[in-house]
Amino acid sequence: MEKLSGGDLLIRALRDAGVEYIWGYPGGSALHIYDAIFRQDDVKHLLVRHEQAAVHAADGFARATGKVGTVLVTSGPGATNAITGIATAYMDSIPLVVISGQVPSSKIGEDAFQETDMVGVSRPIVKHSFLVKRPEDIAATVAKAYYIASTGRPGPVVVDIPKDMTDPAIKVPYDYPAQVAMRSYQPNERGHSGQIKRALKTLLAAKKPMIYAGGGVIIDNASELLTTLARKLNYPITNTLMGLGAYPGSDRQFVGMLGMHGTYEANQAMHHADVIFAVGARFDDRVTNATDKFCPNATIIHIDIDPTCISKTVGADIPIVGSCKTVLTDMLALLEGMAGPDQSALGEWWATIDDWRARHGIYTADRFEPSGGSLIKPQDVIKMLHKVTGGDAYVTSDVGQHQMFAAQYYLFDKPRRWINSGGLGTMGFGLPAAMGAQLAFPDAMVACVTGEGSIQMNIQELSTCTQHGLPVKIINLNNSALGMVRQWQDMQYSARYASSVYEDSLPDFVALTEAYGHVGMRVTEYDQLEAKMRECFAMKDRVVFMDIVVDRAEHVYPMQIAGNAMNEMWLSKTERT
Amino acid sequence: MRRIISILLENEPGALSRVVGLFSQRGYNIDTLNVAPTEDPTLSRLTLSTAGDEKMVEQIIKQLHKLIDTIKVVDLSDGPHVERELMLVKVRAVGAELRSELKNSVEIFRGHIVDVTPSSYTIQMAGDGKKLDAFIEAIRDIGTMEVVRSGVSGIARGEKFLLV
Repeated sequence: MEKLSGGDLLIRALRDAGVEYIWGYPGGSALHIYDAIFRQDDVKHLLVRHEQAAVHAADGFARATGKVGTVLVTSGPGATNAITGIATAYMDSIPLVVISGQVPSSKIGEDAFQETDMVGVSRPIVKHSFLVKRPEDIAATVAKAYYIASTGRPGPVVVDIPKDMTDPAIKVPYDYPAQVAMRSYQPNERGHSGQIKRALKTLLAAKKPMIYAGGGVIIDNASELLTTLARKLNYPITNTLMGLGAYPGSDRQFVGMLGMHGTYEANQAMHHADVIFAVGARFDDRVTNATDKFCPNATIIHIDIDPTCISKTVGADIPIVGSCKTVLTDMLALLEGMAGPDQSALGEWWATIDDWRARHGIYTADRFEPSGGSLIKPQDVIKMLHKVTGGDAYVTSDVGQHQMFAAQYYLFDKPRRWINSGGLGTMGFGLPAAMGAQLAFPDAMVACVTGEGSIQMNIQELSTCTQHGLPVKIINLNNSALGMVRQWQDMQYSARYASSVYEDSLPDFVALTEAYGHVGMRVTEYDQLEAKMRECFAMKDRVVFMDIVVDRAEHVYPMQIAGNAMNEMWLSKTERT
Repeated sequence: MRRIISILLENEPGALSRVVGLFSQRGYNIDTLNVAPTEDPTLSRLTLSTAGDEKMVEQIIKQLHKLIDTIKVVDLSDGPHVERELMLVKVRAVGAELRSELKNSVEIFRGHIVDVTPSSYTIQMAGDGKKLDAFIEAIRDIGTMEVVRSGVSGIARGEKFLLV
């Protein structure tokens, strides 16, 4: 059997795990590994400017492709800088393997230079973690890490490797396991057939059904199955923030996103439904509003691969533990032999929904003041982005108002096109995530919708884009304020803008972008927006930063009123349900 | 509602910290905890007692299952089971009258005196938590110098096993 040093063995194992790219940043404890990377061509390394960005980039790559993202950082600050990225991936169930260098085993516990207990620090935000104790264990550990990260409910796995494990002087046999079997981890994919039958009967007997689909559908590549089922039944469907694109956003049956900034019709339809069919969604607090007032008349069917998601916040009447893909496949097969839903009840239900749409729907008519002159509405920027990109871009976002506007107005027709930090809400996610998506799809349009607040949290990555030729487009909705914070301060703190404005401290984003070797544009007039944006996307091989000055006074609506049922919303600054 | 949960987990470094971390992370309480390797040294058996409403206990069990190192989880309090806790009590024992009173109490509770000095007794007592509480109550007037309890261990009655 071939003998390799731990460093070479690690990179060989990554290759055999199917890894093409590693995002990372070197440092003392990881140097044997970096030397091993240098001496081969199978696995490529992309140097970032901050470890947080390495994790977000690998995360964006994973979300865009469905593959596992890979990160390599050094011990101590390298590892702790990665933490926000790991927590982001954990909250959104994104498969990542994060390899961290560690001080040599003989020094662990001595407060050595750049020592942090990475397994301990990351424990609450990983699916699992390993500390490598023998170089002989590296290959099997890597195989397990990729298996755990990508199966069941996916998530990040940390592999912490003390420096002596990768010592070039110590060579051990290389043996990558053909398959992984773990007695303590056997994720259950198939749903219980009796429960599936019960669920389908209940679903077909519904008079006011709602399909509520989340990120699990996208993670499990079950969008086609879900779309087929929804169309066969002709039931209304809503997607969560994480589920956008699971069902085509421009389809008639799609009633928009639900939840805190969901559409009027989606939240009303959920509230009045008699059967809710939840697929790969987790009844997050940003969806349900007050759980004791949540959907009072509904029988809840809940499919989830993770049993802990079932009845965690809202009780499920018919739980099905299994993957979206297998359960939906079983349901579609069963549906063949069954009588369809009650068409007249369904017709009435659609009439009610269409009435809600006509009354307050954001897609029926603009519910905001029209843009014009030097007034650019952020919603119009997103609508323009959709128009210019033909709805076919990968759109990443940061966190805040711009994120909600993008979620509401860029009607995603395909899964994996909308890449945002839904669970953790991590500002600084958008640009590195866009780099990950662009790396995966070099010819695709990748737009990072951001704000002048979020972009500054990882703006150093403009340099990474230069080095690795990642021509992402940055759509900066610049309202010179932390927009969502300001909105809450308007609504709940009598417009006392505590630390949400920059006064005159914002940089000249055009000059800054140019300093990194990219193209900068500033847009201040609405009638320039389309031409400038077309110019931006025509520069296929350049990074373009569009700094667009938008209306600072704009709020995101609808907005659920906290502590109430999910259909109680502000529809504008003055109008509520 | 008090629950006794038994867990079979991989005897790996960090496995215990994942179980304990889960409780603090999710806002659950651990009342007692004990853990030791089983006759198969690659496995640990952990018993913990906790309290919470039905929904919380259901979540605790599901969350424990979800840990990668966990092989099996059972709620022993769901069915007939035997639970035992070991207690060591050091009491001041000076004077013939007090020493004989203590000896009597220990016998009544089926305990043992496992260490004797001219001024103290160390008593070993096993039983369920209520019995141990009752013993402490019985010798309250004498007073204890030190009490150490192992936390609950448990096993299901009859033909039920917690094995791989």
